[in-house]
Amino acid sequence: MNRRALGLLAILGIFLLIFPKIANPYLVSVATLILYLAYTGQAWNVMMGFAGQLSLGHSLYVGVGAYASAALFSRYGIGPWAGVWLSIALCVALGAAIGFLAFRFGISGVYFALLTIAFAEFTRVGFDHLDWTGGSGGLFLKVAQRDQIDLANFRGPPEMYYYTMLFLCALALWGCSRLLKSKAGYYWQAIRENEEAAQALGINTFRWKMLAVVISAAMTAVSGVFFAFYYNNLFPEQIFHISRSIEIILGPVIGGVGTLFGPILGATVLTVLSDSITELLAQFGWEIPGIKQVFYGVVLLLVIMFLPNGIWPALSRKLGLGK
Amino acid sequence: MPLDLVANVIIAGVLTGMVYGLMALGLSVIFGIVRVVNFAHGEMMAVAMYAAVSLFAAFHLDPFLAAVPIAAGFFVLGYLLQAGLINPFITRPEHSQFMLMVAVATIMVNGMLMAFGPDARNVQTDYQLDSWEFGKIIVDKPRAFAAMMAIAASSALFAFFRLTLTGKAIRACADNHLGALVVGLNVKHLYSLTFGLGAACVAIAGCMMILFVDVTPGLGPGYTLLAFIIVIVGGLGSMTGALLGGVLIGLSEALAGLFIQPSAKSMFGFALLILVLLFRPQGLLGRRP
Amino acid sequence: MLSVAGISKSFRGLKAVSGASFDVAQGSITALIGPNGAGKTTCFNMIAGVFPPDSGEIIFDGGKIQGMRPDQVCAAGIGRTFQIVKPFAGLSVLDNVMVGALLREKGVSAARNLSLSVLKKLQLEEKQDAPASTLTLPDRKRLEVARALATRPKLLLLDEVMAGLRPTECDLMVEVFRELSRADGLTILLIEHVMRAVMALAQKVMVLHHGEIIAGGAPAEVVRNQAVLDCYLGEETEV
Repeated sequence: MNRRALGLLAILGIFLLIFPKIANPYLVSVATLILYLAYTGQAWNVMMGFAGQLSLGHSLYVGVGAYASAALFSRYGIGPWAGVWLSIALCVALGAAIGFLAFRFGISGVYFALLTIAFAEFTRVGFDHLDWTGGSGGLFLKVAQRDQIDLANFRGPPEMYYYTMLFLCALALWGCSRLLKSKAGYYWQAIRENEEAAQALGINTFRWKMLAVVISAAMTAVSGVFFAFYYNNLFPEQIFHISRSIEIILGPVIGGVGTLFGPILGATVLTVLSDSITELLAQFGWEIPGIKQVFYGVVLLLVIMFLPNGIWPALSRKLGLGK
Repeated sequence: MPLDLVANVIIAGVLTGMVYGLMALGLSVIFGIVRVVNFAHGEMMAVAMYAAVSLFAAFHLDPFLAAVPIAAGFFVLGYLLQAGLINPFITRPEHSQFMLMVAVATIMVNGMLMAFGPDARNVQTDYQLDSWEFGKIIVDKPRAFAAMMAIAASSALFAFFRLTLTGKAIRACADNHLGALVVGLNVKHLYSLTFGLGAACVAIAGCMMILFVDVTPGLGPGYTLLAFIIVIVGGLGSMTGALLGGVLIGLSEALAGLFIQPSAKSMFGFALLILVLLFRPQGLLGRRP
Repeated sequence: MLSVAGISKSFRGLKAVSGASFDVAQGSITALIGPNGAGKTTCFNMIAGVFPPDSGEIIFDGGKIQGMRPDQVCAAGIGRTFQIVKPFAGLSVLDNVMVGALLREKGVSAARNLSLSVLKKLQLEEKQDAPASTLTLPDRKRLEVARALATRPKLLLLDEVMAGLRPTECDLMVEVFRELSRADGLTILLIEHVMRAVMALAQKVMVLHHGEIIAGGAPAEVVRNQAVLDCYLGEETEV
């Protein structure tokens, strides 16, 4: 990263740190959502942008991660700091299973995407019938007071959630940047560009693809845990739904798949634009359900057609920021 | 479990399956020939269903008759979609193409939500509840007519691809893109034609489906997945496979609904997809990919 | 160094390679020639682990390698290039080579040093930051070789690396390989149609036809062999 980029990042960092102090609660919640989407998008980006495997079923990991920790909390009173490990373990196992099945049997591209969708949908319907976690009626976590920070049970004012998500985002950013520059980064890019050539250079592509899948799943599991303790209610129809999976990929695709800042930029652009437009239309009395998603679709369409590599590469060139 | 109940369920399943088959045939043509991963397939079906609902509400037009203008309209729209939006994407990486159709699907689903609201809609024709009875065996008239329509449409499509010059030209493009270009075929035009035909199939299937299923904006994705499951199970590149797959899925859904919980019946489809992808990716009748 | 014994491969009934046997001596440059469809690349692919032979053995550096995966074969010390070059188009020239270098070098900076020295040998170091997609064909071929070399192979398989090169470019490549063989003791097995390169480089030539080895020996003898002339070289050979 060059000087300019570092400087910009520092300014952005400071802004984000003081944001809750200067903004109203609604904006803080929007910002938290942006950070949530940015983090989850970054997690997805590891599988797709780094290793080239298109997953359209990432809601599976969010859902399993959320349900695992939520069930532990609501049934056994086990806090999220312990619960997150179960979530991660389960998602890693799931990711490994899907990855193993896919890569062993040579499933890639469209078929891999369909496989991930099928797993997510299967789980969605499955959880609808899983009474132990509340079935289709949902799983609810007790919402305690919002004023005091109860870190052990991850309860507190909106700022706490904001800063947690900010921290996770920063951690993901740092982690991914280290990964990209490491041997893993080179190998993943090689696999993404041309798997056959990569193999001829001694890369065990199966192992490295599995690694990407597993890391991605683990990161997304944490996202799920956050979701559970932030929203406090889980419904299979919602959390495992394919629209959730699509929501996750919007940020990276719009911002730039495979780039470091793409997911965050994309999530920000999309959420800010769509919320402002919806607000604007509401001012004129046009409050139609579904208009926000139509907007998402249109933005996605435009970006894919005219900026196929996402907004970040073009933007960073314009601003002279380097990669 | 009484045998006649099972028999009736099987019959209903097979008949519905033929309509599924027609829908899947549309995808088989689009995905198999033009190689477009049409994630908006189910949404197209839902739009067709809404169109049928609207025409019925406005003119009391029977869905079987409405199928003609709707199919024609879808043919044109499908042609334009391929020609205008998708053709430039043939050279782009795969994931760009999926995202494109995902975007189109999102717009469609929510467009329908905006236009029609979230409530379920359907048509109520005069013969909606009629049926033929052969002893204890009951055959729903709407389902039977729909199945016949599906067979007629499929046969027409088969005939087109086997017997007409344009149809053969299209198959040539699918077999060898570069070769087709080299012999002077207007591949882009043919692809657009094919997409249009696929869309028309979906339109007819939708007009049939509305007779026994209510339509909501969120119906799309489920059908998209179903169409892919059928095409993959039946075999990519095989039109007969799509129909056979449709019937199989219709049948298994019906039986699963009978023996297991009805709401869990879609799990069967997904499990089947996973198994086929892993162990027999060419499906039942397809060629090895 | 490499010993291929009676390998065969059929594709759905078509026998591509039938009982081929040959040896490649350590430090030598050996050429595998023959008409199109003779099974040369199939042999390469079997050695490189792309698919296993239906029968027969491949012994490299004392160990059996038939049936190994391509990445295992590379780790064992065999590098290869592809007939149709496969650069990592989105990466820079340097990064391309680094992917290869990371096999044996511990750490990114060590890999970078090795990559730079390899690029120098192939005269590509000025273009190190260029995206691989912007390279001309001769440069892409050089990149392909550089990448394979970065894995520190004991044996290098070159698949028609001279195809599409002008005579001057071809001569340059020949020089590079000669130098690698001389200075680093690299063993080279190459498939070639460009006889200019074969005669300049090879110490031993094997001829493959319809999947069988029909001749083998010093270049001067092989090009006069009647069977070889009949099936491939033709009566008039300008060398």
